[in-house]
Amino acid sequence: MKKSNFISQIVIYFLLIGGAMLFSAPLIWMFSTAVKPIEQTMSLPPSWLPYQYLLQKDGQEIPVKIEGKLVSAAFQVHLAGMKSFVIIPADKVKNGVIKLENGNTVIPADIKLIPASKDNMFIIAASENNDKKYIVPAHDINRVIHFRWENFSAAVESMTHFPLYLRNTLLLCFITVVGTVSSSALAAYGFSRIEWKGRDKVFLLALCTMMIPFPVLMVPLYCLFKALGMIGTLQPLWIGSFCAGAFNVFLLRQFFIGIPQALSDAARIDGCSEFKIFFDIILPISKPALMVVGLFQFMGTWNDFLGPLIYLTDQRDYTLALGLQFFQSQSGGTEWNYLMAASFLVVIPVLILFFFTQKSFIEGISTTGVKG
Amino acid sequence: MTRIERKRMLTGLAFISPWIIGFVGLTLYPIIMSLHYSFCDYDILSEPVFIGTLNYQDMLIDKVFWKSLSNTFIYAVFALPLGMAASLFFAVLLNCRIKGKSLFRVLFFLPSLVPMVATAMIWLWMFNGKFGLLNNMLEMIGINGPSWLNDELWTKPAMVLTSLWGIGNTIVIYLAALQDVPRELYESADIDGGNWWHKFRHITCPMISPVIYFNLVIGIIGSLQVFAQPYIMFGGATGGPNRSALFYTVYLYETAFSYNKMGYASAMAWVLFIIILLLTWMATKATRKHIHYGG
Repeated sequence: MKKSNFISQIVIYFLLIGGAMLFSAPLIWMFSTAVKPIEQTMSLPPSWLPYQYLLQKDGQEIPVKIEGKLVSAAFQVHLAGMKSFVIIPADKVKNGVIKLENGNTVIPADIKLIPASKDNMFIIAASENNDKKYIVPAHDINRVIHFRWENFSAAVESMTHFPLYLRNTLLLCFITVVGTVSSSALAAYGFSRIEWKGRDKVFLLALCTMMIPFPVLMVPLYCLFKALGMIGTLQPLWIGSFCAGAFNVFLLRQFFIGIPQALSDAARIDGCSEFKIFFDIILPISKPALMVVGLFQFMGTWNDFLGPLIYLTDQRDYTLALGLQFFQSQSGGTEWNYLMAASFLVVIPVLILFFFTQKSFIEGISTTGVKG
Repeated sequence: MTRIERKRMLTGLAFISPWIIGFVGLTLYPIIMSLHYSFCDYDILSEPVFIGTLNYQDMLIDKVFWKSLSNTFIYAVFALPLGMAASLFFAVLLNCRIKGKSLFRVLFFLPSLVPMVATAMIWLWMFNGKFGLLNNMLEMIGINGPSWLNDELWTKPAMVLTSLWGIGNTIVIYLAALQDVPRELYESADIDGGNWWHKFRHITCPMISPVIYFNLVIGIIGSLQVFAQPYIMFGGATGGPNRSALFYTVYLYETAFSYNKMGYASAMAWVLFIIILLLTWMATKATRKHIHYGG
């Protein structure tokens, strides 16, 4: 019994760790690509870590890009009047004479053939700062782990309107969160804390609207907003949030029902108006539930792709989600490091928000399933 | 109705008025118009012209329509059961007595938080035939990976894999349900000598069956409407090589907003609606006897 328990524990951990690795790998891979120089995104086999190559030369460290390896034999050449030697590929030297690219020839002071081997490898490197190229022994180049944070600013710049995208997204998030929380709280109150004839039938109708797929509403809504002259503005993206979506009403109603009716009754006897009870008694104790609704709405607006795709026409009105897709369709998937850097910038606010509100999040999602 | 009753009703209606306005303006009106447009030839620029059931008849002979429908079904047939099984599997593991439970939960959950557009970008890169992580990992175990998004055979599996990455939400829902199953039930099964499979089959499954049903319905609705990932990963509405990843909603979007065929798009939307209702009804019918309420 003891032994089988131990084995099952090992199997469980093995599966969980394996699963967790598979689930996190794409995120780590995104970050790792985001901080690499472009040529390292296309190195094979791919590396998880971003590197920088530093060439030691004359007591200086020059950041270089590795352009290739010299696999054929090479000549180590001393030129007259120069202290250090240079490495010249073997095919550039004929009978002790170096042929330059421009056709001229140079006769070196000293020349030595070095056969190519594993220990004696030469690297062709290009300086990152200027056009200079070097052929140097492999041991002259140091590899260090280096995060290219400047990729993020470069990605932001190549997205051109990134600050506008961010502003539009934050503005929409703010308005829709305010709209959803206030309207859903009002409606949920009306569906739970006040008894009126036919209330539960109307609520059932509200729940039924959740079944309607968005594509059914998509075309007429577009036509409606077009008739109202709202296409190409942010308005169609937030107006709906002030109309108490059924899902949020459902979540809040669930919470409101749990609040003892005696609280309301006592306030009613004291002559409080229904709105005052709602605002001064029910809302303050419902903060956790309101927060869940607000969080879900924030995420929904931040993530929304189809809405902005349909309603926005001017690039300057785009949200981050749409802007990111636009950037990808423009750059055509070549600059993977910038694309991943831009994606990372879209993901990270959501992850940070999650870490600060983890409990509400998990509870909110659990409620939808268990009480649904 | 007494005066008090009437007053209560008016107050109640006043409170739900945001919902009423939204329901009438943004749900009821559009739904009626959508049904109306589906029987019209409508390009938004000119008035809709009534053409009877012509849109629906056109659908029968529209090869792209059938392609998009079958693509969507094939995708859903794999994505939905795999997603439900995988999320239940990991939820059961997470519900065991283990250390670092909350860390594991976060790691599984995080991908489902990633915005769809970013998910599409990440997987676009993961699936890169040459430099992508996936094929390089496969190579390490000796498998020569396909060029996923450029190979007609592999576009749909790629979409299924992408969807599986986002099951964290469902895992959390299952986990919450599992935590509500009374421990005594398992303890009495231990006394009766039941093994883990007996416990799973005869205690866990019935106890969380309402949640399984909930996830099934949500899954049907969601997987038939998949849009953002295929739209982005295949560069708009081209639908990938040989339209192998042209999904229903993507084609519908294209019909409406690229070709301005609003009538045809509305008819397509209604067909989707009816399919969803039908499948949900079938799922309800098939599972009704097995769902155990009262836990």
